[in-house]
Amino acid sequence: MGEVVHGVRVVSPFRARATVMARRFREIGLQILHNKAAVLGLVILVFFVVLAIAAPWIAPYGPLEAVPDALPLSRSSSSHPFGVNQLGYDIYSQVIWGTQTSLIVGIAAAIVASVIGTAVGLISGFVGGWLDEVIMRFNDVVLSIPWLVLMIIIAARIGNLDLWGIIFVIGFTGWSVTARVIRSQVLSVKERMFVERGRMIGSSNAHILIRHVFPNAFPLVFANTILTVAVSILSESVLAFLGLSVRNTSSWGRTIADAFRYNALTIGMAEWIIIPGLCLVFLVFGFYLFGYALDEILNPRLRRR
Amino acid sequence: MALLEVRDLVVEFKTRAGTVHAVDHASFELKEGEALGLAGESGCGKTTTALAMMRLLPSNGRIVTGSINLAGRDLVRASETSMQRVRWKKLSIIFQGAMNSLNPVQRIGRQIAEPILLHEATAKPEAIERAGKLLELVGISRDRINDYPHEFSGGMRQRVMIAMALACNPSLVIADEPVTALDVMIQAQILELLERLRRELGLSMILISHDLSVLAETCERVAIMYAGKIVETGPVVDVFSDPKHPYTQGLVAAFPDVRGPRVMPEAIPGDVPSLISPPAGCVFHPRCKFAFERCTKAEPALAEIGPGRRAACFLFPEVPEVSESEIPAETR
Repeated sequence: MGEVVHGVRVVSPFRARATVMARRFREIGLQILHNKAAVLGLVILVFFVVLAIAAPWIAPYGPLEAVPDALPLSRSSSSHPFGVNQLGYDIYSQVIWGTQTSLIVGIAAAIVASVIGTAVGLISGFVGGWLDEVIMRFNDVVLSIPWLVLMIIIAARIGNLDLWGIIFVIGFTGWSVTARVIRSQVLSVKERMFVERGRMIGSSNAHILIRHVFPNAFPLVFANTILTVAVSILSESVLAFLGLSVRNTSSWGRTIADAFRYNALTIGMAEWIIIPGLCLVFLVFGFYLFGYALDEILNPRLRRR
Repeated sequence: MALLEVRDLVVEFKTRAGTVHAVDHASFELKEGEALGLAGESGCGKTTTALAMMRLLPSNGRIVTGSINLAGRDLVRASETSMQRVRWKKLSIIFQGAMNSLNPVQRIGRQIAEPILLHEATAKPEAIERAGKLLELVGISRDRINDYPHEFSGGMRQRVMIAMALACNPSLVIADEPVTALDVMIQAQILELLERLRRELGLSMILISHDLSVLAETCERVAIMYAGKIVETGPVVDVFSDPKHPYTQGLVAAFPDVRGPRVMPEAIPGDVPSLISPPAGCVFHPRCKFAFERCTKAEPALAEIGPGRRAACFLFPEVPEVSESEIPAETR
């Protein structure tokens, strides 16, 4: 690698950088493998991600496909392990397809909420003054309305939401907490000496905000995004439970709602409600575990030496 | 010719409690390649003087009058754009509290390269390359360019800060308390490094410290500040062996002598006066054991009292009073 000049191996800066980055990724990988919580979280997440990606091959039936060999509301059997719902859909397939909806909506909505919340929090905290006052008072108003109610009202008002619609409804109603958390972190970071130094060196405000303040708030942004993914997955399920989520696809929330409506417990189909419920709990749990462990690993100040 | 000439510098801060006269008619100069020490108690205007020279005063502070002449250019009257060209390239500063002046989540090399990228039209790889050279100059291996600040010790972080100050090859470096909060061994290393850099790069330096021993070791001349005023200047050896101003005498007496008898060093009684309403006459008179009537009425000017020595004290008959016109309107 590289030519030798005066006994020193000369490497192009690009290659040197690539080597450093590769080494860094290997280090992070090793650290994840040494953290039990991270491994457990990762296993759960990988399981669901594989399930979502491989749904077309794993699921015996399509998301909106009635089974030919059983009546609606049939109990579990060898061909339909979790039974058949009121429309004659295989519940096992429904749960697998529901993974896709939960993951896509959860992650995308969390990204939307985090991007908005982070931008608002950064600007509000960094600029300060009357702008901060206006933004935070507006935020207080939004926060004083129960968030779930706000989300439900908006979703119901728009009605007939498609996948992107549901992502934006959850994302646009979920950034307030992130904004507030990021703002508080920015308020603390901007008083640190290196921000002062940046000013003295002659950096512009934008440069200081992007280069110095944002990276120091990033671990919090990251942890918050992971938290928001978990909350967004739950939100989607709530909206689906109320019949406000995407209509032409299956969702864990809808499956649970159907099970409720048809008294799954009394007709001896407990798995109709338990299986999607457990999936929801585990997926959310996986995001929490992995998110916190990764924060510990990525944050240079929390990192063990 | 003097590289730097500061004349009658007056800096004020507007605060809720009133106007703080942080620097009051300070005058000093610095020859090319010389090291000047700026000594005094906390809150006597040392750092403010440094920030005023960089034109980096906080928003509530301003330079009221005076001139700061650096290589023929008056920095007080310079526009912000021309200041941008002077800062770092001609005049730079090693910040107080170096340990906390580094961004914990940015690599060292990138941070040293920052002033280069901001003040010179240099591509990033080249700036990083120069950051590596600077690291070696201050005695840190170039391999550590991709490390984070927490992987460095306090002394090494101070070296990094020095490298950062040297990034754009300035001719004058202001070192604001460069060894405070470091242990004695590391202090000696850092001072040795500053000394070597001064020799090798032909730097001029202003060293700010409350520690007289630090200044005695590194500087040729010192200026003693008290309550925003320079009360005495002169060659470092002369000032410390034969202090003229009563305040300097107190300051020197407050330092224990290693070879002398084991007695508690003498303290100067009283406190630094409020800079919002400084006492009339000589600012030091309430704490001065030699004070007489004239000291409470008139203010002594900083005047020549011997070869290369200046002091602002009426104990020396040649010292004149500050003329009315020089006193700013607010204190009249």
